[in-house]
Amino acid sequence: MYVATKGGEQAIGAAHAWLAETRRGDAALPEIAARQIEEQLGLAVDRVMAEGSCHDRGLAALAVKQARGDLIEAAFLLRAYRTTLPRFGASAPLDTGAMHIRRRISATYKDLPGGQVLGPTFDYTHRLLDFRLAAAGLPPEPAPEAEPDPAPTPRVTELLAQDGLMQREEPGEAEPGDLTREPLRFPADRPVRLQALARGDEGFLLGLGYSTQRGYGNAHPFVGEIRVGEVAVEFTPPELGFAIELGDIGVTECQMVNQFKGSRTEPPQFTRGYGLVFGHGERKAMAMALVDRALRAEELGEEATAPAQQPEFVLYHCDNVEATGFVEHLKLPHYVDFQSELENVRTMRAAATKAAAE
Amino acid sequence: MTRDPGYNFAYLDESTKRMIRRAILKGVAIPGHQVPFGAREMPLPYGWGTGGIQVTAAVIGPADVLKVIDQGADDTTNAVSIRAFFRRVAGVATTERTAEATVIQTRHRIPERALTENQILVYQVPMPEPLFRLEARIAETKRMHALADYGLMHVKLYEDIARHGHIATSYNYPVMVNGRYLMSPSPIPAFDNPKMDRMPALQLFGAGREKRIYAVPPYTSVRSLDFEDHPFRPIRAPHACTLCGARDSYLDEVLTDDRGGRIFVCSDTDHCAERQASREAAE
Repeated sequence: MYVATKGGEQAIGAAHAWLAETRRGDAALPEIAARQIEEQLGLAVDRVMAEGSCHDRGLAALAVKQARGDLIEAAFLLRAYRTTLPRFGASAPLDTGAMHIRRRISATYKDLPGGQVLGPTFDYTHRLLDFRLAAAGLPPEPAPEAEPDPAPTPRVTELLAQDGLMQREEPGEAEPGDLTREPLRFPADRPVRLQALARGDEGFLLGLGYSTQRGYGNAHPFVGEIRVGEVAVEFTPPELGFAIELGDIGVTECQMVNQFKGSRTEPPQFTRGYGLVFGHGERKAMAMALVDRALRAEELGEEATAPAQQPEFVLYHCDNVEATGFVEHLKLPHYVDFQSELENVRTMRAAATKAAAE
Repeated sequence: MTRDPGYNFAYLDESTKRMIRRAILKGVAIPGHQVPFGAREMPLPYGWGTGGIQVTAAVIGPADVLKVIDQGADDTTNAVSIRAFFRRVAGVATTERTAEATVIQTRHRIPERALTENQILVYQVPMPEPLFRLEARIAETKRMHALADYGLMHVKLYEDIARHGHIATSYNYPVMVNGRYLMSPSPIPAFDNPKMDRMPALQLFGAGREKRIYAVPPYTSVRSLDFEDHPFRPIRAPHACTLCGARDSYLDEVLTDDRGGRIFVCSDTDHCAERQASREAAE
């Protein structure tokens, strides 16, 4: 006799136990610690921080461990934690010009004040698997250290702006919008767009940014500058009335320099595409800067025909926690709706068969 | 120079090199025409010169002397990296002297010194399709090339003139090759375009990510698009090189402080060093 499937609770319990066991893997091998992930899989941790939009490397590392290395799942875990935190105000704008720099490169000048600082980069490595890393070994030789250069490292876009060659951004007095508190509305202003992009999926933005380089959107980008390092966060508590430093966070900033041929009211000059992400995330910061500039098409009087230039398309689809939720929800039971579809298709087939017979 | 015995000479296997050489031969036979080829994944990222590296790997032999430049300079990080790659996997001699090189791989420049019949210039190409900003669909641009339907590009240049009074393209300036194919010269400054015309050296272009190879055989006509009343004009910074005094070379602008201080120096470092040396010798 048929018995309807029950016992969902028991099945879920068993599945979770199996998940925990699979997460641990072979128990004969040592368990990986969140601290090890934080130290040795630092770029995964940084990506989770950026897409989880919560600057906490320890929590991000824990999320990576809990998610078995699924970085979108990890970002989701971090977001779900972040949402429980109280929000007590907005910080002062970060002064990335005063960043404690680990890496700083410009593609537009061969040399410039502050110099080119390669930092810890894959850029000029040859992608040949290093089989020595497969075996545990001694820590690498310490990297050579230079004396820190006390000279300031001005931002390239500022140097261009001093010559009038770079469009300046309007300073905004108002507190920027916050997508985590207010839903997206269109037209979305630039701070909100940038927030959405900063939280957005690296892969999605990468693909969109790439499309602008291949003719889908009229991009002529140069990397004015990428800088990676630590920058102080300042906050003015209302009861004090002056700014205090809360601490340093690690960020990556990319400023893309783009051609703008001028309009009736503005002379030809360069315009900015801006990217800023938590941690060390150059690919994301660069893609973000490309997409930011593409989304300015309407503001700059450019024809907006490509996907990357459509604010609704980009902003509604760049969030990977939202996207993964809706795509993956398709595996939830849908049999009630499907039953009505079954009946519907059967009816239409019957009608079609009857019509064919006549 | 000994090469890494773990890899075939010049990294690629021989059948891959043969495939690339066939694409090159076809490219030479149809100057300016983009030949699709089975570009391989390389140990350097797309955009770093994977197309140029594959072309170089296919044409280089043990007796060749390789020079690699990026932005005209041998000491730029990417040039250093590619040179080290070929030293490792091909064991070939490398040089920074344009005159001594038999194969020169370049990104974004053509050396100032005139090249000879005994040299091959390999360009790294990001976007081989000269029409991509005007028509992003490759199937469509292929048809336009087949019909030599280049009106779109002429209209674009005309619109520049109507809007700005001159053609507002300063690099990657489109050229007509052998009077037939519209071609991207790769993102070299328009200043370098005239050097391509009837160049004695073989010019090969490799685009790895887009999987295209094209070529300009020696002594082939390469004409920068223009109009009778708006002739092509190369752009350079109107200064003399601070180091060697050259007034006819392409210059880089180097910022020296954040108060507007700047100098201009030759982008072609070998050319500049040679001029400085001959000036010192004359003194």
